[in-house]
Amino acid sequence: MQELVNRAKELLADGTVVRVLGWKAGDLPYNPEPAYFTSAEELDNFVYNGFCGANLSKYMIEASKLEGKTMVCLKPCDTYSFNQLIKEHRVDREKAYIVGVGCKGKLNIDKIKEKGIKGIQSISGAEMSDACDTLTIQTLYGEKTCSYAEAMLERCHVCKGKEHMIYDEIIGESKDTKDAERFAEVERIEAMSPEEKFAFFRNELSKCIRCNACRNVCPACSCRKCVFDSTKFDTAQKANVDSFEEKMFHIIRAFHVAGRCTDCGECSRVCPQGIPLHLFNRKFIKDINEFYGEFQAGADSEARGPLTNFTFEDCEPSIVTERR
Amino acid sequence: MQRIGVFVCHCGSNIAATVDVKKVVEMALLEPGVVHAEDYQYMCSEAGQAKILEAVKEKGLTGIVVCSCSPRMHEATFRKAAERAGVNPYMVEIANIREHCSWIHKDMEEATKKAVILARAAIAKVNLNAPLQPGESRVTKRALVIGGGIAGIQTAIDIADAGYEVDIVEKTPSIGGRMSQLDKTFPTLDCSACILTPKMVEASAHEKINIYTYSEVEKVTGFVGDFTVDIRKKARSVDMNKCTGCGVCQEKCPSKKAPSEFNRGLNTRSAIYTPFAQAIPNVPVIDRDACLKFKTGKCGLCEKVCQAGAIDYAQQDEIITEKYGAIVVATGFDTIKLDKYDEYAYSQSKDVITSLELERIMNAAGPTKGHLERLSDGKAPKEMVFIQCVGSRCADNRGKSYCSKICCMYTAKHAMLIRDKYPDVNVTVFYIDVRTPGKNFDEFYRRAVEEYGVNYIKGQVGKVAPLPNGKLLVQGADLIDNKQILKEADMVVLATAIEPDPSVRKIATMLTASIDTNNFLTEAHPKLRPVESPTAGVFLSGVCQGPKDIPETVAQAGAAAVKAIGLLAKDKLMTNPCTAKADELMCNGCSTCANVCPYGAITYEVKQVNDHGIREDRRIAVVNNALCQGCGACTVVCPSGAMDLQGFSNRQILAEVDAICR
Amino acid sequence: MSIEKEFRPKIVAFCCNWCSYAGADLAGSSRLAYPADVKIIRVPCSCRVNPMFILRAFQKGADGVIMCGCHPGDCHYSTGNYYARRRMTLLFSMLDYIGVENGRTRVEWVSAAEGVKFSTTMNEFVEKIHSLGENVRLEDLRCKN
Repeated sequence: MQELVNRAKELLADGTVVRVLGWKAGDLPYNPEPAYFTSAEELDNFVYNGFCGANLSKYMIEASKLEGKTMVCLKPCDTYSFNQLIKEHRVDREKAYIVGVGCKGKLNIDKIKEKGIKGIQSISGAEMSDACDTLTIQTLYGEKTCSYAEAMLERCHVCKGKEHMIYDEIIGESKDTKDAERFAEVERIEAMSPEEKFAFFRNELSKCIRCNACRNVCPACSCRKCVFDSTKFDTAQKANVDSFEEKMFHIIRAFHVAGRCTDCGECSRVCPQGIPLHLFNRKFIKDINEFYGEFQAGADSEARGPLTNFTFEDCEPSIVTERR
Repeated sequence: MQRIGVFVCHCGSNIAATVDVKKVVEMALLEPGVVHAEDYQYMCSEAGQAKILEAVKEKGLTGIVVCSCSPRMHEATFRKAAERAGVNPYMVEIANIREHCSWIHKDMEEATKKAVILARAAIAKVNLNAPLQPGESRVTKRALVIGGGIAGIQTAIDIADAGYEVDIVEKTPSIGGRMSQLDKTFPTLDCSACILTPKMVEASAHEKINIYTYSEVEKVTGFVGDFTVDIRKKARSVDMNKCTGCGVCQEKCPSKKAPSEFNRGLNTRSAIYTPFAQAIPNVPVIDRDACLKFKTGKCGLCEKVCQAGAIDYAQQDEIITEKYGAIVVATGFDTIKLDKYDEYAYSQSKDVITSLELERIMNAAGPTKGHLERLSDGKAPKEMVFIQCVGSRCADNRGKSYCSKICCMYTAKHAMLIRDKYPDVNVTVFYIDVRTPGKNFDEFYRRAVEEYGVNYIKGQVGKVAPLPNGKLLVQGADLIDNKQILKEADMVVLATAIEPDPSVRKIATMLTASIDTNNFLTEAHPKLRPVESPTAGVFLSGVCQGPKDIPETVAQAGAAAVKAIGLLAKDKLMTNPCTAKADELMCNGCSTCANVCPYGAITYEVKQVNDHGIREDRRIAVVNNALCQGCGACTVVCPSGAMDLQGFSNRQILAEVDAICR
Repeated sequence: MSIEKEFRPKIVAFCCNWCSYAGADLAGSSRLAYPADVKIIRVPCSCRVNPMFILRAFQKGADGVIMCGCHPGDCHYSTGNYYARRRMTLLFSMLDYIGVENGRTRVEWVSAAEGVKFSTTMNEFVEKIHSLGENVRLEDLRCKN
């Protein structure tokens, strides 16, 4: 982390950038938050650790409108989102100085809490310089430990790899933390009966409170004005009045980002109700891969997305029935 | 709030017999926005239209719903009526209660219920309609004719005679097409070349006609009145301006083994060649695949013997870009491949030939100098068998389901000509039906039977087997006498089905003109607009639209020309105002819409916007209304819904959905 | 005791203007019957059909939604139906994934000449919806009569 701060100070000092986009400590030991830093003094509050899951790409939409360059810290998986935003002309590559930061998996505090660890005072072992094996947690009830891998976010178990897709320089080491099948959960649902599927999603989506956190954090949901807030589309409805509203919202949201979603997992990370929203996006990704060939959104900043492309030989929609 | 008038048409009894029109009127009056509703016998009649004018005047209508036949039938009629009444024509919606209701439902209660719902949907839509103004686009006063056969030639001459410039693009080295390959024509038996050649000369000499032979259409952009076309002039390797057409090069050319396309591969030609003696232009091309100079670098004989110095081995393909107001497709036909009909032994015996090959054999300039002889041994045949409907009217998917239309007549012609010239040759024709509708056609066929003694047998041939003695064993059935027939023949002629020239698929795609399952181009209306493609500004001439004989082709070529002239005579065209439009405040500038636009109608501009007090420069999609055709592809890929389609907006369609599901 | 009402499905058919709507017209002029439960909405091209329209139809109580367009290769706008094909494939797969019976959604390519196909398709589709019964999984409960 110190190397990162030193480099940020250097870039500010030599005028390469006028601000730094990173993370600062939050009010709890496990909730650092995205922040801008414009001076060396401010940078003393800079943190980078296992809880810095937030994908900073989307902040670059606003930062692109500001005067001067911004140093932005992007983890390997964040760079996919950044590429996608370049493709869609939403960020200005020239306005960004991308520091690819090392990542060895990001943590989900809920996974730790699920282990019955309460009254957390501090956590060590989450600094990126460590081997990332074990977390040592000081609590009101004494010291507890937890394996790093067990506390990782779902998305880190299906890590896309340790390579940064776009960067100006890289600081720190990364690790491919993949230890699970990306589509296993989707396949599990696919194998259910229609009744079971329906029950599963009704149960999950009935928790939705339409707080829009998923939408607000999603780097693909970058519309200036969302259709769900638009009178023009006749869909501006927020009240949680019937069981369909949430389905409509989440299906359409997933559809709008289909072919553009990099599977960064931010939607599930921020959902206060713990809805596994990535299961929608990942279903589209799985289908796209199966129907139209492997596609990873954001792997570059040019390729046409699968929904703005076609081949004469594409499968017919009846394949949905046929492959059952 | 709109003030909507609903007009329910009886269409005589077409609608009123199954739909309770009074009930539809009654129910329509309950819908929001409706201030007037009435029914009438024939809304499309003058009196019916007058009802609309009257109601607009009396009730101050701002929107009109007509419950009647399909909008494809009378939407234009009622839009014009609205305009006369002072209502914007795009404030009219049609509820299709005839084709989609009264004609398919028998139960009055059920049909009435549905008609009420269809009316409701149209009313819901009109409530959200907005007046639209068509734009204007200019008309380039020049026509392109694709294909230089008799259809293309006739269309070009007719358009040029009306005073407009015409370019013909022909892919082979000469104009003339299939008709130039024919020997005689039915039912008059006049010589094909004798009537075609003057037309070819007329076209090439016409000051308004410009012919690109050995050329192909490469790319088409734009739209009715303003097409931009790239034409690839393939390298001829001969300078058109220098060549005198003396023909010495062709005589001296040492490479003479290339199959002659003009003679259907029955004999060979030189590598430098004109397809036939009367070719226009009379300038040869070098077939680079056959030429020794191109293959081995050695030879160059033609260059040495050419007094005019016209040979140019270094010539390159050239792309010409030209603008046109109208495009006529006249790509013609070819005979089908016979690889799926091996039972007729076409691939096994040289003496089994297609009718088009027989035309070449019968022709004095053909491979046998006009002598009827077997290609295997050069002997004169004594027994000839004609097999009809080879690949036509085919029930399985080996051939074509349609009737090729010309075969019955040309077979009668062939039979008659053979019996006339070689009275000792027996001619037998196996047929499913003999179809001879047409002026003097049946008389012609009867002459073949009665005067020339051609033996017609109703029945199909199951197999043709080459025999060791060189003859062909024809196994057929006589359905009238109900017996099997075994016949030894010297030659067998297959009336091979015709199909649209394969090049038409690519051309149709470039023109966005629709094509049917048999690759025939689709008409804008099969009866009322038979020479127009549904794509505005594209017209159809000849067999590319469907099988036809020469007089029909010429008639259709003239009709296509008239339609093209009607377009070219206009200085400006009104453009469809149902185009896409981006909401500047919602547009992300993400370029997704431009990716799917088939017309390149969407570009991006950096514009200053005032978004609720925030002024900033934004990248925003801009739609060119002259290019946009209103498909709506952009509207669905737009994640924010900033892109909407005028006349078919998101809210309008959702309102229809809601009205139907209510 | 309530008497069970005969199930009359609500079916929305989106038809492109150039092929399928004309095909439906031909079915009409050829008097090829299909159930009155089918109501057609005219759109310029199958690519105009937003997944939102389909979900909205279900939300408002439709029991089945079918989309008809020109055959691939014959789109009046040359490529529209290719995009529509991908969209609908993914949407239908998603609906299947969340437990909506996939017989409730269908895409059929119907040309202007295929009045017979239009009619048989609609007959088949209505029959299918009858076998699936009322749509309860996506309906907006407020819209229920």
